[in-house]
Amino acid sequence: MLRLIAARLKTTIPSILGVIVVTFLLTRVLPGDTAAYFAGPAATPQAIAEIRGKLGLDQPLPVQFVAYVKALVQGDLGQSLTTGQPVTADLAQRLPASAELTLFGLLIAMAVALPLGVLAAVRQGSWIDHLCRVVATAGVSLPVFFTGLLLVYVFYFILGWAPAPLGRLDVFFSEPPRVTGFLLIDSLIAREPETFRAALAQILLPALTLAIFSLAPITRMTRAAMLAVLSADFVRTARASGLSSRTVIGIYAFRNAMLPVVTTLGMVFSFLLGANVLVEKVFAWPGVGSYAVEALIASDYAPIQGFVLTMAILYVALNLAIDILYGVIDPRVRLEG
Amino acid sequence: MAITRRAAIAGGLAAPFVIRQGASAQAPSRSETLLLVQEYGPNSLDMQGIGSSQPVNGVALNCYDRLLRFKPVPIPGGGGHQVAMGELEGELAESWQLASDGMSCTFKLRDAKFHSGRPVSARDVKWSLDRAVSIGGFATTQMNAGSLEKPEQFVALDDKTFRIDFVRKDKMTMPNLAVTIPFVFDSELAIKNSGGDPWAKDFLKNNIAGSGAFRVESWKPGVETIYVRNDDWACGKRPQLRRIIARDIASPSTRRALIERGDADISYGLPPKDFKDLADAGKVNVVGVPIPNGVWGLYLNAQVGPFKDVRLRQAVAWVLPYDKILQASLFGRGVDMSGGPELPKPAWPQPFPYKTNLDKAKELVAAAGGGFSTTLQFDAGNATVAEPMSVLIKEALGAIGINVEISKVPGANFRTEIAKKTNPMTLNRFAGWLDYPDYYLFWTMHGNNSIFNIANYQNPELDKMIDAARFAGDRADYEKTVVEFIKLVNREVPMIPISQPTHDVAMQKSIGGYQFQPCREPDFRYLTKA
Repeated sequence: MLRLIAARLKTTIPSILGVIVVTFLLTRVLPGDTAAYFAGPAATPQAIAEIRGKLGLDQPLPVQFVAYVKALVQGDLGQSLTTGQPVTADLAQRLPASAELTLFGLLIAMAVALPLGVLAAVRQGSWIDHLCRVVATAGVSLPVFFTGLLLVYVFYFILGWAPAPLGRLDVFFSEPPRVTGFLLIDSLIAREPETFRAALAQILLPALTLAIFSLAPITRMTRAAMLAVLSADFVRTARASGLSSRTVIGIYAFRNAMLPVVTTLGMVFSFLLGANVLVEKVFAWPGVGSYAVEALIASDYAPIQGFVLTMAILYVALNLAIDILYGVIDPRVRLEG
Repeated sequence: MAITRRAAIAGGLAAPFVIRQGASAQAPSRSETLLLVQEYGPNSLDMQGIGSSQPVNGVALNCYDRLLRFKPVPIPGGGGHQVAMGELEGELAESWQLASDGMSCTFKLRDAKFHSGRPVSARDVKWSLDRAVSIGGFATTQMNAGSLEKPEQFVALDDKTFRIDFVRKDKMTMPNLAVTIPFVFDSELAIKNSGGDPWAKDFLKNNIAGSGAFRVESWKPGVETIYVRNDDWACGKRPQLRRIIARDIASPSTRRALIERGDADISYGLPPKDFKDLADAGKVNVVGVPIPNGVWGLYLNAQVGPFKDVRLRQAVAWVLPYDKILQASLFGRGVDMSGGPELPKPAWPQPFPYKTNLDKAKELVAAAGGGFSTTLQFDAGNATVAEPMSVLIKEALGAIGINVEISKVPGANFRTEIAKKTNPMTLNRFAGWLDYPDYYLFWTMHGNNSIFNIANYQNPELDKMIDAARFAGDRADYEKTVVEFIKLVNREVPMIPISQPTHDVAMQKSIGGYQFQPCREPDFRYLTKA
């Protein structure tokens, strides 16, 4: 098993190296002048040149690249100009926020999408199948910022049930001691049920927004996979052997339909983690997506490079985890090292 | 080895749902705390440092003291106070005395203490001003704007006496001491933690070493900044608010919902339409101050392209739908800049004599050789206001045969674009901190060609007048020169002023003591909460 993981990791090295080179070059060819942007209003050309020198932007590209890689090897992703902090510190602060939100959203989506998809496949053409189709279509066609604003409008502004969309925690609560960076977990570890409740109340709406968006691919994939499996020979055999419908669907069919569903879940997760910028903006969620976009607007290279690199590594790790999970779900799948 | 099914399922969850008693301790009450929501917060705690963002001005304002500050004067329409440029009062300075030859000024310092408990001395003032003129970047540029150029100008005479020697007589020197750059650091604390850097840049970027009315209790860049009152503040009346929480909320819709629901106390930086709606609804107070020395202008390139011809520049000025723009893009949150008198006043900005007159514009275009196509650019970061503005301009110019293509330039790229000075038309807002006409024109129309002379306007006659006004000693002379150069730009129109925008703030009815500052950041020292 360990040998297998090591072998898998070895194959990812070239892609990570590629990501490093490409993000470095891409950020450099982006239009925009970091120095001019940060020199502020009323800056003279001399002031801009001075800043360019201080940021090392007047050096030739290869020299900048060597400096970047050297720092990277030491675990230094550079300084963000927009927040004024080291990028590693920023990412360490913000990645758990994004991960917590995305995971929570995904859990809600799974809780709804999996049963819905299974039922839609079992009762093909029934009202449940139609409901599944409507949910999937609505989910993908509603842009997340719209769903987000709508939820804020209804549940916060009109009804007043949800707390103010002020980020991860109401201003009058202080964060629990940091263990995992996930507020829901940290507050339980610190045994602060009040804080847990406050954090839960804050995360509910944004997670719901993400869930609505990710419902579609999961439901459709579950339905399609289930349909394929239900028409397979072994299901017919199982039914013919007199097994109850519940056993056939729940144990034999669903398990076999899990492979494509798990793949989709992995894709949806890594996609949401980086792409929920708009949800983060609407709910003032201090995550990595909005961090990267703000850096992009300011031509702030270091955070963009750090963000892309982190995402690439996460993606590799996630794929590895899914591959291993395949073996658990379906022992017939053996990964060749 | 393979992971078995059972091993994978066996991951048990031990939920530590055991309640710890008395976990929620002494949370400060809402009535002592102000909740401010803003688009983005500070990226540093040191306004003198390179690359500091706009909100860092607020940190400098509230956590540090300067020698002087602007005197609050009531806003004419009510709602709070603004400042009067020429009127100053002492902050760290108890009193000050200009020398009889007008070439130096001596300050007597108050008995103030830094947050560290150490008394503020003239040596700290010298170190801080030396830093401002030497550190480079925006801080040094701003100091130079008031003829504060080199460390030799700053002299600490004894612990409590400080002198500034002038390099020339400049009316902007004294007001420039009250802006958010020349504030005073605890130099001993800074040097002790500098790690060898003469200006302790890293330490001061992340730490406050000041004597101001507030301290920073916690700062999470991009998330929130929490300020607490310094009860020993010696430079003014003790602020009523004990704690300020400034949260960064990127979405304007969310900021509006928060203020309308009453959860946030004060909100900065909403789109003009939201401020108008909030003001009309009347549930919260909206205070708007026309931004001193600030104006939305259409810059017409006087060196490259069709607008080299002054008749075409005038034609554009005669055809802009000024009132429609004010209503549709600024939602009335501004002052119209059209239809002014032929003889200007010594003030800036002020309405130019142009107003919408299609026939006059058509005549001028015909005289200059008929219609053509051109491009209009603006900063995408200003799109909320600039986009409807540019569409209205495009429509109006279409009527006189000028076909306009609109180009929206992303924020990071906009500076680069305007520095090229090649695009025929640019829509931009420029505001100078020091409220003097010559200061504004020095940046936007002087032949020294700063980046903000977007029109690339070159006219030695104008340069001479601007320079004369900058260093004029006599008030009557000064005003005469200002009127003359405004007459000249009225005629030449390298930039057509469209509207002077207002700086708007929405706050709950329980919030009082609003103080507008030229840096346009909230001043917590005067705010009150009922």
